[in-house]
Amino acid sequence: MNFIPHSKQEVQQMLQVIGVNNIDDLFQDIPATLKPKSFNIPAAKSEFEVTQILYKLSLRNATGLVNFVGAGFYDHFIPAAVDAISGRSEFYTAYTPYQAECAQGWLQAIYEYQTIICQLTGLDVSNASLYDGGTALFEAMMMAVRHTGRNRIILDSGVNLIYRTMLYTYTLNLSIEFVEIPVVHGQSSRQDLLKHLDERTAAVILQNPNFFGAVDDYSDLVLSVHKFGALAIASVYPVSLGLLKTPGEMGFDIAVGEGQSLGIPLSFGGPYLGFMAAKNELVRQMPGRIVGSTVDSEGKRGFVLTLQTREQHIRRQMATSNICSNEALCALRAAVFVSLLGKEGLRELAEHNYQKAEFAKDQLSQISGIEVKRSSPTFNEFTVCLSRNADEVVHRMIEKGFACGFPLGRFYKGMDNYLLIAVTEKRTREEIRRLVDSLEAVL
Amino acid sequence: MNIPKNLLYTKDHEWVHIDGKIAYVGITDYAQHSLGDITYVQLPKAGEEIKQASYCATVESVKAVSEVYAPLSGRILALNPELVDHPELINQYPYEKGYFFSMEFSNESEKANLIDASNYERYIEGISK
Repeated sequence: MNFIPHSKQEVQQMLQVIGVNNIDDLFQDIPATLKPKSFNIPAAKSEFEVTQILYKLSLRNATGLVNFVGAGFYDHFIPAAVDAISGRSEFYTAYTPYQAECAQGWLQAIYEYQTIICQLTGLDVSNASLYDGGTALFEAMMMAVRHTGRNRIILDSGVNLIYRTMLYTYTLNLSIEFVEIPVVHGQSSRQDLLKHLDERTAAVILQNPNFFGAVDDYSDLVLSVHKFGALAIASVYPVSLGLLKTPGEMGFDIAVGEGQSLGIPLSFGGPYLGFMAAKNELVRQMPGRIVGSTVDSEGKRGFVLTLQTREQHIRRQMATSNICSNEALCALRAAVFVSLLGKEGLRELAEHNYQKAEFAKDQLSQISGIEVKRSSPTFNEFTVCLSRNADEVVHRMIEKGFACGFPLGRFYKGMDNYLLIAVTEKRTREEIRRLVDSLEAVL
Repeated sequence: MNIPKNLLYTKDHEWVHIDGKIAYVGITDYAQHSLGDITYVQLPKAGEEIKQASYCATVESVKAVSEVYAPLSGRILALNPELVDHPELINQYPYEKGYFFSMEFSNESEKANLIDASNYERYIEGISK
């Protein structure tokens, strides 16, 4: 069977009809300098050969390590029910399932997801999800730019470098002015942030807990941000919200984050989940889809896509964003995950994370060559200073069966000896003790 | 269809009430009727400079979202404070309580691009046919 839909003859026929000689003629408007000289595609291989190549490649993965790496993506337990429910063919095979006439189940699932995100963040409205934490943060920033009509962004460097890089990349050809505020001892510097606030500022972007694991209550800062007519945006770790003060309680206008920790497995490159919630007055600036509840002609409750008029498939040139989809399946997983835990369960999960991390801190501070940074409270991730290069230690620890943390020198200058360690509910006391012993041996 | 004689109109269905150097702007009875129930209106900011025939506001109804174009160039003076919470005023009183904003217009000669009530009436009759 021929999997290429058009034969040479068919292609020739079509070209003849439109009056060009060959396909390249259709691309003549693209300057030669922008055309690749070669696509560098190797010769075709058989299915067996491809399987062998990929299998060998997979052997290069370090698997079975005890994982203490977080840095924005966390190793949480995923109940089997999450796979069982989200894997149902009604959900699993559906594509852009937004037709109200035939997708009530899906729309209701997304509606429930939105409710969960609002409750988690303490804010009024949530959209149907975005691609990942970074795109969600970019979209939040653009909401602030549109809402305020200003273009200056104060960005705390406690925000994950991956997200900061995404903001810079996305805005390369937009006139957005960034002011990046360095962290001081792993904490955001209020003094520095306040100093840069002015009437041109569209938004202040913070992360809680920040990249170093530091937990903060930004309520005071948010008040100052509002005095200048700017918006306050928080990037948050959803599992931590089972325990910590919510962005809504702190007065933030928009909360976004990476939803991977809510029932989505760790994998290189995703798919992950961007979530976003905001105050009601910003709902028309929200990108992407929003599912709303309504009643049908018989007065029965139903679900529809709402506020669609702002979306690019209706008014492309006036759309709030180029986001024209969401991460429905990942959002479903998050909704199932949180629903299974419930309010109490979420709190317990957060407490386990916090307490295991505190236990690890205590154990680690008893060995020489490690200084646990205690300048601010943390959730399930914290910074330690080692007596030697953290990158080297990480490599030595892999040999001992541990992914022991994230070397901060990779993201922050002058922090080569610093290691970021995450301890989720999955890590047992025994694993934590073994980590401590192995680190002691390596240091 | 209500088309007050004392106003000037655009072919995009905006009306202007001129009072000295100040112009009051809204959308016509025909426009509100065609849009249906208006649910939201996004206004420019006070102090903002707008240009004749350029986008200056958005009206969202149960049927559609439409752009509103500035009938004259100038600076926005004040917005109708009622519209944020009561966009239905545009349906109920398109020429009074449903006005959008007041502006100080900057170019007298631009008035020549606007049409009077009888011309506007003929124009919408033409569309309806």
